[in-house]
Amino acid sequence: MKLSKIFKNTILVLIACLALTACATKKTATSLGGQIQGDVYTGTDSVEYLADGVPDRVFFATNESILTTASRETLRKQAAWLRKNSDVNVVLEGHADERGTREYNLALGERRANAAKDYLMTYGISSDRISVLSYGKERPVDSGSNPLAWSKNRRSVTVKAN
Amino acid sequence: MKKFFILIILFLLPVNSYALIEVDITRGNLNPLPVAVSPLSIDENSKKQFKDILDKEDVGAEISNVVENNLRTSGLFNPLNKDAFLQAPDIANLKPRFEDWNLIKAQALITGKVNFEDGKLRVEFRLWDVLAAKEMMALAFTTVPTNWRRVGHIISDKVYERLTGEKGYFDTRIIYVAEEGPKVKRIKKLAIMDQDGENNKFLTLGNELVLTPRFNPTSQMVTYLSYFKNLPRVYLLDIETGTQEVVGDFPGMTFAPRFSPDGKKIIMSFAKDGKSDIYTMDLENRIVEKITNHPSIDTSPSYSPDGKYIAFNSDRSGYQQIYVMESDGSNVKRISFGNGLYGTPVWSPRGDLIAFTKLHQGQFYIGVMRTDGSGERLLTENYYQEAPSWSPNGRVLIFYRETKSDDDGEGFSAKLWSIDLTGYNERQVKTPTDASDPSWSSLLSN
Repeated sequence: MKLSKIFKNTILVLIACLALTACATKKTATSLGGQIQGDVYTGTDSVEYLADGVPDRVFFATNESILTTASRETLRKQAAWLRKNSDVNVVLEGHADERGTREYNLALGERRANAAKDYLMTYGISSDRISVLSYGKERPVDSGSNPLAWSKNRRSVTVKAN
Repeated sequence: MKKFFILIILFLLPVNSYALIEVDITRGNLNPLPVAVSPLSIDENSKKQFKDILDKEDVGAEISNVVENNLRTSGLFNPLNKDAFLQAPDIANLKPRFEDWNLIKAQALITGKVNFEDGKLRVEFRLWDVLAAKEMMALAFTTVPTNWRRVGHIISDKVYERLTGEKGYFDTRIIYVAEEGPKVKRIKKLAIMDQDGENNKFLTLGNELVLTPRFNPTSQMVTYLSYFKNLPRVYLLDIETGTQEVVGDFPGMTFAPRFSPDGKKIIMSFAKDGKSDIYTMDLENRIVEKITNHPSIDTSPSYSPDGKYIAFNSDRSGYQQIYVMESDGSNVKRISFGNGLYGTPVWSPRGDLIAFTKLHQGQFYIGVMRTDGSGERLLTENYYQEAPSWSPNGRVLIFYRETKSDDDGEGFSAKLWSIDLTGYNERQVKTPTDASDPSWSSLLSN
């Protein structure tokens, strides 16, 4: 990324920060390089691929299970791939970061995976092909204790079941 | 301000009381009661017999060590250094020379005697009020020699009860999750130990993820969450036989299990299609009842000790809060209203308070509130801690803490901690490995 672009992104993010500081309950995490936006991880560090150009996961804001535009784009690609490979079944594994109570996080992981499942189904993928498994905060992908690590852990991952 | 107020009250009370000694456990205890725990006297023959059976040099001294340790860790008593004791254990048990004990500033004295009798361990102990120069209590027990630790715990409970007016909590066990390995691939096993950290035993092998074990208040059964075959479900484990059994036949994840106070039902959450509701299952007739019915996440249910109410965690208002409802699911009322998120509600065995975890501005708190939500009191603050569990007398909370790890995931640890209801006596509970999800049993001797 060009320096001027980084600078521009940083300013944009700082402005977004200021705009969001009024929100008492939501924490807006930002980092240089724009890897987090609106508390949702937008980077590719931990992303794997089901096939060329088909990312295997989507990310969430703290305490949320709402799909961002980017997440919906990822899931559209997954749905297209699943339509092409009609014998593949998947498990959607839902996760939470470590900054919450254990039992609630199990439920939150399940809710996140179901949000992804519901979206795949709107593209015609049968629910018979999709099962859901929550790991709560038990299987982080990044073991750091910082907002960037936490954002990578708030995810739903699509895993081939067969 | 509160500490200052307590100090004032202590100065106003008379220092020397000729009434029988009493320990107040409802206020912060800045003056633990000085107590002398004399080693239990034991004759040479008994000493040798027990050494052969138990491989302990002096079981009389060992039992008194258990008592001394319990009293010290309660934060209410200050066991005095044995080196200063002037009277030998056998004489002290018959007729203490109270001036000698007064000299070292003991206010209470515990003495006793151990005998090998017909292959059994016979223990008698006495509790004395040193200032009033009177015997307060005398009891004797007979049991199998391998129960020697429990004798120490039972003596501790009797002493605690006599001096505070409250039932003790020493003859109890803690079940918890023993943890090892890197955060991304943590190995977890169910483990059980005496509340003083001794007799630790692992109950599962670590092949599958296990979480949140809880005791049955009336039997040797435990309920917990297991990811056996990658299917997270609530299970029952019989501690004595080791047999495990899945609870019910649910087509999705069940989790957050507890027993009802009579031990006859399991209450838990069932997650399906993005929402979690609270269900019960009767262990005898296997009838399943749905208790909550809401599109939100409803979890962490906990019965009141009379079984009439359930406290639980729900995000139906948008974020995690604590609610109370009747045991059939009616009359749901929100009771948490402070700033922050609330979770893990757990009803005190005394029925008077609900303990909880709170998250506010990036910090975690363990706190208590009355069952209508009033009187919220935060006991301790930390980078990360959660899941309090009550001692059976409703005076102590055990919970767990995790430390921050660096960017490489190093420096991470999870440990059990306990704290008094007053907010004092915060201390780490020792475990052989890292630990989380502790749950306190009822008194074993009932």
